[in-house]
Amino acid sequence: MKWQMLTLVGEDQPGIVAQVTDALFRGGYTLGEASMLRLGGNFTIMMMVDGGQSEQALSACIAPIADRLGLRFHLDPIHGGLHQHRVPNFQVRVNGADRAGIVAQVTGLLAESGFNILELDSDVVGSRDEPVYIMTIQGYAEETIETLEAALGKLETDEIDVHVSAIETLIG
Amino acid sequence: MAILDILKLPDPRLKEVSQEVERFDDELLAFIDDLEETRQAGPAAVGIAAPQVGRLQRIAIIDCSTTRKPVPNHGRLVLVNPEITEWDGFELGREGCLSVPDYTGNVIRAERIKMRALTPEGELREYEMEGYEARALQHEVDHLDGMLFIDRLVSRRTDLFQRKVYQKGGKKRK
Repeated sequence: MKWQMLTLVGEDQPGIVAQVTDALFRGGYTLGEASMLRLGGNFTIMMMVDGGQSEQALSACIAPIADRLGLRFHLDPIHGGLHQHRVPNFQVRVNGADRAGIVAQVTGLLAESGFNILELDSDVVGSRDEPVYIMTIQGYAEETIETLEAALGKLETDEIDVHVSAIETLIG
Repeated sequence: MAILDILKLPDPRLKEVSQEVERFDDELLAFIDDLEETRQAGPAAVGIAAPQVGRLQRIAIIDCSTTRKPVPNHGRLVLVNPEITEWDGFELGREGCLSVPDYTGNVIRAERIKMRALTPEGELREYEMEGYEARALQHEVDHLDGMLFIDRLVSRRTDLFQRKVYQKGGKKRK
């Protein structure tokens, strides 16, 4: 099995997922892990698709739907596959007045601590005059929570709150 | 003693409601030994419920005494016919399950509960639990009611933490 990563973006409207996945199903493709999200009025899809015969064939399968719905798409052959999940052991929450550089500073300090980001969600909320930035990161690190807290303590600002918490996944 | 086979999704028996235990005998005690051995044999599970090994009876074991970071707990509990009598608060936490391999997700659970159960010998016990242990108990009682944590998943964008901070009157400044 050879997976392709399908990236698809376009103005949000009802039916995108249904039409894209229906075309893939009829084309004999199978789907793997996916992330689909509305971002800034666009609908975005990142989805693993079993490559089937060729990249060209997969592209030809999606093109008519993408044209009809006004979507742009892109295919990349990928290494790896299913069943490669890593379970996060830390969550980092960031919120505060929206200003340039928050993500770079926070993730830079985390990277220096060997923190591997597995998931990151961020949003700009509040009002147009007073935008507020909210970010949630889940990831894996060998370090202790105290070490991560100390690393993030180097942030030279009191405009944003950064909070690290351990995730103890319950298996039952 | 024996390690029992764990039922895995989509086994339909995981969706069935289990029956109350009525006979407290040696056979029950022997089964509980096997259930505990099975719990310890797998990947670090803090709990296990009888229906996970195909016995549709209201029996569960939880043990939150071995978490990486210690949490309030009552040690290892064997719970027969457990019943939650009070729920309080709510909290988001990540769960996985022996019956749902290779997947973890976020679930909302009550933060504190009161519950009662019988011992394997049929004696009534009552407990108040909080946090992680309360979560484990709710996860196992769900198994007895034919529910899996994947039936309670919330979107990864759901963030209750923030609301919780506000309830406590704001976070302390760093």
